[in-house]
Amino acid sequence: MGLFSIKGCRISGLSACVPSGVRYNAEYEWISPAERESLIKTTGVEQCRVAGAGTTSVDLAFASANQLINALGWKTSDIQLLVLVTQTGDYLMPASSNILQDRLGLPKDCMAIDINSGCSGYINGLAVASALVSSGKISKALLLTAEIPSRNTSPTDKSTFPLFGDAAAATALEYDAESAGLWFNIQSDGKGYDTIMIPDGGMRNPVNQAQSFAMLQSAPGIVRNRLHLALDGMKVFNFSLREVIPNIRSLLIAAGIEQQQIDYFVLHQANKLIIDSIRKKMGETPEKFPLSIKHFGNTSSASIPLTMVTEMRGKLTTQPHRLVLSGFGVGLSWGSCVQETDSLCIPELLEI
Amino acid sequence: MRVKSYEMSIQDFIQKVEHEFDQITPGTLTPESKIKDHFEWDSINALVFIALVNVEYDVEINAEDLQQSETVADLYSVVETRKQGAA
Repeated sequence: MGLFSIKGCRISGLSACVPSGVRYNAEYEWISPAERESLIKTTGVEQCRVAGAGTTSVDLAFASANQLINALGWKTSDIQLLVLVTQTGDYLMPASSNILQDRLGLPKDCMAIDINSGCSGYINGLAVASALVSSGKISKALLLTAEIPSRNTSPTDKSTFPLFGDAAAATALEYDAESAGLWFNIQSDGKGYDTIMIPDGGMRNPVNQAQSFAMLQSAPGIVRNRLHLALDGMKVFNFSLREVIPNIRSLLIAAGIEQQQIDYFVLHQANKLIIDSIRKKMGETPEKFPLSIKHFGNTSSASIPLTMVTEMRGKLTTQPHRLVLSGFGVGLSWGSCVQETDSLCIPELLEI
Repeated sequence: MRVKSYEMSIQDFIQKVEHEFDQITPGTLTPESKIKDHFEWDSINALVFIALVNVEYDVEINAEDLQQSETVADLYSVVETRKQGAA
């Protein structure tokens, strides 16, 4: 069931929250000034937000959710579903969504679940949350995506550290029998499980005093240990260019929508080169592919809603739009969603 | 459709590469040019090149293809072979 539609659910609003700490790639001293320049030009990442010590994914998600609940004027007692997408939860257990249910003052009959998903996480989360809402038994739901990759990337790994930023986002979903609904095309290929991974610290390779902490050089400019995020940039790049466009094309055919009828393609902000290459192959103009990566880097599952808040807020809050959202990466996992939005409630980007 | 001669096609390819990489002075590359005399396959250059051939020729090449190509003509032949394989 890669392709499916979900009726009876509409998206009412969005918010995003970033930590106020900023890290500039022009000052990334691990690599030479010339290399910094080419890295910034190619990836498009000039700066990233970094959570201060003591601030976690739950803290960012809480702030974002709270802001959206207030902006919508929702009563917390009406929220019956909380889906949190994160790969940087506060603890290995319990699930961070349970902590958020309590902190947000949501009722005990609110279902709270975590989804372990990264770059495609916003689409996965949207599919799960909207499907549950479409049952008609849940009138209001929150989808939260929160990531603090600054905690698990190695400062001496030029292939990860300068690219990833911290952020959270909240999306409000409501039951609406009249809604045109959402179409999804979600796929996965676990053969590429090791393309983006943190090898140690789980139950396959528990933290091991002798091996997990050893800092090893795998290539020039790439020094990390087995508890750090490792990413094979070239494989990710080829995977993205191979899979994303056919996924979007099949989605549009199933939904009966022409590519020209789409106002914006909001892609996971992996890096500028990937987004530009996908856009060129689709024959689209830069205006239709909003980018927030310059200011925030790759924020994993938060990057799509963060881009909608920071780059599209004026339009999304006032006019109807037909959007394609597409996420792709760790898993490997990828998926797209086509939806119609109208006058969304979007408060300004929150900084904490 | 008229099939381009090899000469024209490789010149096209060279122009695209020279245009994409600021560090290469336009007009300096020939099919016989050794790649390492002009630039390094560091991770960024490799990604930019892979993107270029993917967008322009709709073929997928990988790190090994780059490492095994000594000259510009070698590189172009990887693209051509992949293109024919895909067709």
